[in-house]
Amino acid sequence: MNAAQLTAWLTRFAELVHAQRDELTALDSAIGDADHGSNMDRGMTEVVAALAEAPPDDAAALLKRTGTTLVSKVGGASGPLYGTLFLRMAGAIGDGFAPALRAGFEGVLARGKAEPGDKTMVDALGPACDVLDAGGSLAEAAQAAADGRDATVPLVARKGRASYLGERSAGHQDPGATSTALLLQAAAETLGGVQGQGEEATP
Amino acid sequence: MKKLINDPADVVADALRGMAAAHPRLRVDHENRVVLRGDAPVRGKVGLVSGGGSGHEPMHGGFVGPGMLDAACAGEVFTSPVPDQMVAATQGVDGGAGVLHIVKNYTGDVMNFEMAAELVAAESGTEVVTVVVDDDVAVTDSLYTAGRRGVGTTVLLEKIVGAAAEEGRPLAEVADLARRVDDTGRSMGVALTSCTVPAAGKPTFDLPEGEMEIGIGIHGEPGRRRVPLAPAREVAQMLVEPILADRTFTDGVICFVNGLGGTPLLELYVVYAEVAAILEKAGIGIARSLVGPYMTSLEMAGCSVTLLQADDELLRLWDAPVDTPGLRWGA
Repeated sequence: MNAAQLTAWLTRFAELVHAQRDELTALDSAIGDADHGSNMDRGMTEVVAALAEAPPDDAAALLKRTGTTLVSKVGGASGPLYGTLFLRMAGAIGDGFAPALRAGFEGVLARGKAEPGDKTMVDALGPACDVLDAGGSLAEAAQAAADGRDATVPLVARKGRASYLGERSAGHQDPGATSTALLLQAAAETLGGVQGQGEEATP
Repeated sequence: MKKLINDPADVVADALRGMAAAHPRLRVDHENRVVLRGDAPVRGKVGLVSGGGSGHEPMHGGFVGPGMLDAACAGEVFTSPVPDQMVAATQGVDGGAGVLHIVKNYTGDVMNFEMAAELVAAESGTEVVTVVVDDDVAVTDSLYTAGRRGVGTTVLLEKIVGAAAEEGRPLAEVADLARRVDDTGRSMGVALTSCTVPAAGKPTFDLPEGEMEIGIGIHGEPGRRRVPLAPAREVAQMLVEPILADRTFTDGVICFVNGLGGTPLLELYVVYAEVAAILEKAGIGIARSLVGPYMTSLEMAGCSVTLLQADDELLRLWDAPVDTPGLRWGA
């Protein structure tokens, strides 16, 4: 996985977030505080600008820049969570995309202290990692993330502001899981042909 | 959306320019969106840093000044500030006696302050202690929630702990005091209307005419239950009862009726009268009071009630001089 491929991935993710900004915010209005779309859009716009301004030479530097930009620009819960995801990926991208995403996922778990089933981004990211670890394709991982996103609808939130609603959070799709599904969709669209499984980077 | 703004994207930056122009004794770091005491860092004094999403004014920037906070970080509307801001604030107020981070218990605020404390620890020798405020009885504190939200007690805590820091007390003592204040404060709020985040352009939730939301947070997140609008007498009951059921209060409380931004002071005093009557009946004397919009939720109509069990020490610190844009007496 080289820097150009990852740039394509993140650029596509930024496009998807921008296109669905209002939908993400609407989901967050129902069970949160109505800022997920605008925060993620602002953050990813900054990421794309930062990568264009000074393109990093290698994949690890690019992911690190992405993570620090999100931590520095987004705030809320999504800044630290997505920031930690990319910062941890940076440390493992040398081993390939799947191990990197797994490392990022573990970072998200540690930072947010959420568990599967808490109605968070974990519910989309976890299944995607499981598919990749089992040798599945990025398209299959994106499908698993989308299924995980859909499965958050009946769940009662146990983390974040949605948890204040208790039972009333059931029946709504989680905004964090929704943006994470977009992240995997972007990966399938841009890196699908490259293949993400454990192979060494061939710049 | 009808708002006195320029570009919705510039609301926070524009408001900070106004703060700087209106209050020359504050220093505003526009790049990092941090409001600091003009004389920060104060040598030998514990620095108090707080912060959170914007939209709650005067909290927190309006509580920066002698006797209260040393710095406040302003996030986007209803969005936690980022770690870089908290690091800049911490470095800006470190007078050699350490820095206390006062964090309201929201997932984003807690995570960003946590990352900031890690960065400060990695980059400097500044000692940082974090105290999380969680006083909202509307939220069940269990493994199944993010824990109680930080609401009204935050204002009282920043005042009381600010006075203690001003006296030159060491960090450990200041932090213990902050935890004690959090332990003894309880709050509950009600919304009559929703509020509109400028970037979203439309109300965060629908609250039909004739209904109100009990147990509301300060970000337009829905509350505990929705009930028909009722007279202030009954609303006061709905707010005070869960507070008294949650903790035993005895004579000598600080009673704080807070406006959420869209409710006039006239109505807040109507509520205060009802709250005072309920407390009198319960044999709980009010030692000090605070009535007004101190922790708002943009233009939301509604209020919150906070009770804090005071003692001689807390009352002495409450009465100590404070000189900030949002709270000022004895100075």
